[in-house]
Amino acid sequence: MLNVGQIEQGYVLDHIPAGKSLNLYNHLHLNKTDCTVAMIMNARSDKMGKKDILKVECDPDMIDLDILAFLNRNITVNVIRNGEIAEKKVLVLPREIKGVIKCHNPRCITSIEQGLPHIFVLADEKKAIYRCKYCDEKYSEKAVKN
Amino acid sequence: MRHLMNPLDFNVEELDRLFDLANDIERNPAKYAHACDGRILATCFYEPSTRTRLSFESAMTRLGGRVIGFSDANSSSAAKGESVSDTIRIISSYADICAMRHPKEGAPMVAASRSLIPVINAGDGGHQHPTQTLTDLLTIRTMFGRLDSFTIGLCGDLKFGRTVHSLVNALSRYKNIHFIFISPEELRIPDYVTDMLKEKHITYEEVIRLEDVMPMLDMLYMTRVQKERFFNEEDYVRLKDFYILDPLKMMLAKKDMLILHPLPRVNEIAVEVDDDPRAAYFKQARYGVFVRMALILTLLEIEV
Repeated sequence: MLNVGQIEQGYVLDHIPAGKSLNLYNHLHLNKTDCTVAMIMNARSDKMGKKDILKVECDPDMIDLDILAFLNRNITVNVIRNGEIAEKKVLVLPREIKGVIKCHNPRCITSIEQGLPHIFVLADEKKAIYRCKYCDEKYSEKAVKN
Repeated sequence: MRHLMNPLDFNVEELDRLFDLANDIERNPAKYAHACDGRILATCFYEPSTRTRLSFESAMTRLGGRVIGFSDANSSSAAKGESVSDTIRIISSYADICAMRHPKEGAPMVAASRSLIPVINAGDGGHQHPTQTLTDLLTIRTMFGRLDSFTIGLCGDLKFGRTVHSLVNALSRYKNIHFIFISPEELRIPDYVTDMLKEKHITYEEVIRLEDVMPMLDMLYMTRVQKERFFNEEDYVRLKDFYILDPLKMMLAKKDMLILHPLPRVNEIAVEVDDDPRAAYFKQARYGVFVRMALILTLLEIEV
C-alpha cells in the first residue's frame, strides 16, 4: 500500500474516476500555482473499484472548485484545516463556464472569431445543461471531454 | 445603451410601447419624417438579404437619417480576415446605430460586446432574427387584435428557421398560446425551443401533416426551406417541396385564420392564395418597416 503523508491545509479530492485526476489538475489550473500536489491514481476503492485521489496543499480559499461540479458531481471534496477534515464541500454548478469546453456548432461565431473565449451558461440546473452563450448549442455533462 | 440580440431583450411592457410607437408612425408618418436628421445607420450584412436590409434602409430613410454599409462579406474587410470585434469598433466611429446580419450564430452578440453604438441583430445564422419577430408580433397584434389566447401553427423548416425560434421565444411570454409545429422529421424544431416550452408549462404538439391540424389554427406561420442552411444539396432538394399551401388546404382553415410568412417565399405558398383575405404576409412586410422605425428611435433614445 502506497502511503502519502497528511496535509496541513488544503483539499483532498476523493472518488475521482480512475485516470481522470490529471484532467482535474489541469482544469483547476494547479499547474499555474506553486501548491504541493499529490496525485494518487488507480487506488483501490470499495465503491468504485479503482479511483484517483488528489491532495492539494494550499490556502483553502485560493482555488475555485466550482468547475468540479460541472466535470463530475460525484467527486468528494474534503477541506483540510490544521491536518483535519474541517468541511465536506458541497459542489454547486457554476453559472458560467469559460474556456473549459468548446462549442462544436460549426455555425457558431466561436468557430471563426480569433481570441473569443468559449463561454457556456447554465440553462437547466436540474439536468446540468449548459448552452453556448453565443449560439445556444447544448452541452450536457456527458459531452465533456474528461 | 441598449442592443437588440433576442426578442426577449425587451419585456412585454417595453414591446407594447414599441408597438404603440410603430402604430403611431403608421398613422402619422409626417410627424417622424425628420426624427433622425443627421443620424447614420450602418447596415453590416455579411450574407445576402434583400428584404431585411432594404427594410432597415427604408426605416432609417423615412426617419430622415442616412444609411451606410455593405451587403456582402466579400465586399467588406471580413474578406481580408478582419474579426467582427474589430469591424464593429471601426463602424462605431462611422455610424450612430448598426444593424448586423451574419451567417455565424452569436456574431452580433460579439459585436454588441465591443460596440460603442447600439447593435441590432438582423439575423445570425439559424439562430435568432429578432426584428422579424417584432414584425410578426406587430402584425399579429394589429391584425388579430391581441397577443394572447390563440393557436398558432408553424410550418416548414423549423430546424434552421430562425424566425420560428425567435417567434416562439417571444410568444412564450404571452398567456394561453398553443403551438403546433408542423415539419418533416429532418427539420423538427430544436430541443432548446421545446425544452423552454416544457419549462414554462406551455402546450405544444409536433405533427407532420399540415392538413390534420389546419382547422384548429388561428394563424399559420409558413416558412421557406432555406437552401443556404443545408450542407448537402440532396437533402435540400428532397425537402424543399414538402409543404405547399394551396387553395385546397385553405378550404380546411378557419374563415379568419391569418397566414403569415417572413418572406421571401419560393413555392411553399401557391400564388393563388395571395388574393385570399386571410393572406397577411405582404402587409407583414409593411409592418416590418414601421417596427424597425420604432426600434431605431427607441435604441437611439429619440423622443418625438
